[in-house]
Amino acid sequence: MNTVNPSGKAQAPARLDRPRGAWMSHWAAELRILLVAILLAAYFQVVNHDFLLSNASLVNLSQFIAPVAIIAFGEIMLMIGGDIDLSAGMVFAFAPFIMVFANEAGAPMWLAVIAGLIAAAIVGFVNGAVTVYLRLPSFVTTLGTLFLINGITLTMSRGTPSATPGSPEFAAFMGAWGYSEIIWTIALAFVMHVLLRHTRWGVHTQAAGANPLGASEAGIHVNRLRLGNFVLAAVLAGFTGILEGFRITSIDPQAGGNQIMFLAVAAAVIGGTPLTGGSGTIVGGLLGAAVLGILSDGFTLIGINAFTFNIILGAAILAAMIFNIHVGRIRRKGGR
Amino acid sequence: MNASQAAPAGLALGGDTLVKRFGAVTALDGVSLTLGKGEILGILGDNGAGKSTLVKILTGFHQQTSGTLRVHGEETLLRNVDHARALGIECVYQDLALANSLSIYHNMFLNREIVRRGPLRFLRLVDHRQMRERAAQCLDDIGVHVPSVDLPVERLSGGQRQAIAVARAVNSNAKILLLDEPLAAMGAREAALIIDLLMRLKEKGGLSIIMIMHNYAQTLDIADRIMLMQRGRVTYEQRSANTSVAELMDIVRREYRAMRATTAD
Repeated sequence: MNTVNPSGKAQAPARLDRPRGAWMSHWAAELRILLVAILLAAYFQVVNHDFLLSNASLVNLSQFIAPVAIIAFGEIMLMIGGDIDLSAGMVFAFAPFIMVFANEAGAPMWLAVIAGLIAAAIVGFVNGAVTVYLRLPSFVTTLGTLFLINGITLTMSRGTPSATPGSPEFAAFMGAWGYSEIIWTIALAFVMHVLLRHTRWGVHTQAAGANPLGASEAGIHVNRLRLGNFVLAAVLAGFTGILEGFRITSIDPQAGGNQIMFLAVAAAVIGGTPLTGGSGTIVGGLLGAAVLGILSDGFTLIGINAFTFNIILGAAILAAMIFNIHVGRIRRKGGR
Repeated sequence: MNASQAAPAGLALGGDTLVKRFGAVTALDGVSLTLGKGEILGILGDNGAGKSTLVKILTGFHQQTSGTLRVHGEETLLRNVDHARALGIECVYQDLALANSLSIYHNMFLNREIVRRGPLRFLRLVDHRQMRERAAQCLDDIGVHVPSVDLPVERLSGGQRQAIAVARAVNSNAKILLLDEPLAAMGAREAALIIDLLMRLKEKGGLSIIMIMHNYAQTLDIADRIMLMQRGRVTYEQRSANTSVAELMDIVRREYRAMRATTAD
């Protein structure tokens, strides 16, 4: 650099050097939750020797984690932008029925799956359009579509489950084989992580969540981003419903529901995505889902009932949120 | 007015009897202004004087009801913000338009991210390495010091944040920079940091600056020329060297009294 620095504040051109331990601090939130997941897994392994080290239990655990994680990926994108999708659990039940109807109407299975996903996308589009253009809070919009979509699913299906269509190979690929769901989950986690951190879409979503006015002053189309993320979240929820349908070999109008939607939001929060918008992490969401999966699988194997599980889940969400807010504050103070 | 004829050849920006009405309200009532190349113009005035409306016309956010605008010597109607930007007009708003949770380099390339080349080009992945290097380079060039370009801007002080916002505008090849109260709510040290930065930018050349200001003394310190706006009009214009805080205060007071007299009717 040959420019003279008139302010006289000579300083080594160290701005490009990452601060010491940057890798650790870059992934600090994810590493904390990974540690929690490992400790929990170790605990359940000690208490119940069949928890991890058998094929059946690994499959079982992965199937606890996968659906929550995939829905969480969509919720994380929305939560970063300051939105939420409460209807995800209902889209989960809705999309597989569209798939069944498309298949019954003569569409090949791959096309039927796409039809299911398009139906989910339309729900997402409605969620997004109403939220963005009619300026309703997404909490209200998706609360409405939650009941609406549930009613539509129950009406279309007449309240009765259908058998999953398609060949056994296709079913295995789409979730019936033990590890199929978790492979989908990891693949989607990779894609979503790249989308969030390494594409303009993801970077702009973070910017728009942190400072909506500022982002639009910089020329970012904030409304388009929010709308797109609603579509994305709904498609992921619909896809999860389809995977789960193939796994349990039956498509149930009562599947999914609010339980799985709230578990996904919980996974996002435990993983380090605050509800306040502006920041979030896909990898954290995956680990958050793993923590929830380990808890529910572990307690099931030990024989603790669902009531106790909910007490622990509630405490875990509170603890995670308190931890995130206050540890974040301390770190920020310490850094200056 | 004597000052406005300063540099007719090297004009970065010129406005002629700009009027802006919002329904029955006249926010700008025939404002003419000039900005010479490399000049710093300070605009002073109370709330509601029309300063921000003027800025919004100059950034293409609003379009004037009547009057003409000349950018780099050519008569132009700024259709929108992107159009103004394409002509090298950048604005740093008071809220700075920074995304707090994102890093300095992300913010400096906000909506202008460098996209990676190579076989995966179609994925339009952002090139973090290039952005970090170019951001650090740009900050070096204009003498802004931060510990690391990876820091989220929420960890910076008010002055540093303002400096980053200015650096971003400079980095995007601004020829005309509009600053909306760049020193508002800033301590003396922080303000000195920004004043230093603006002086360095001026020395480097190629940049003309309009500042919306509240503090008379600071404005006379930094700006080559000042413009006083009151109730949608320019009431006074002078080279900073030829006026003083006392004189400006006097003009404002006189105008205020005149206004009270007319409204009392």
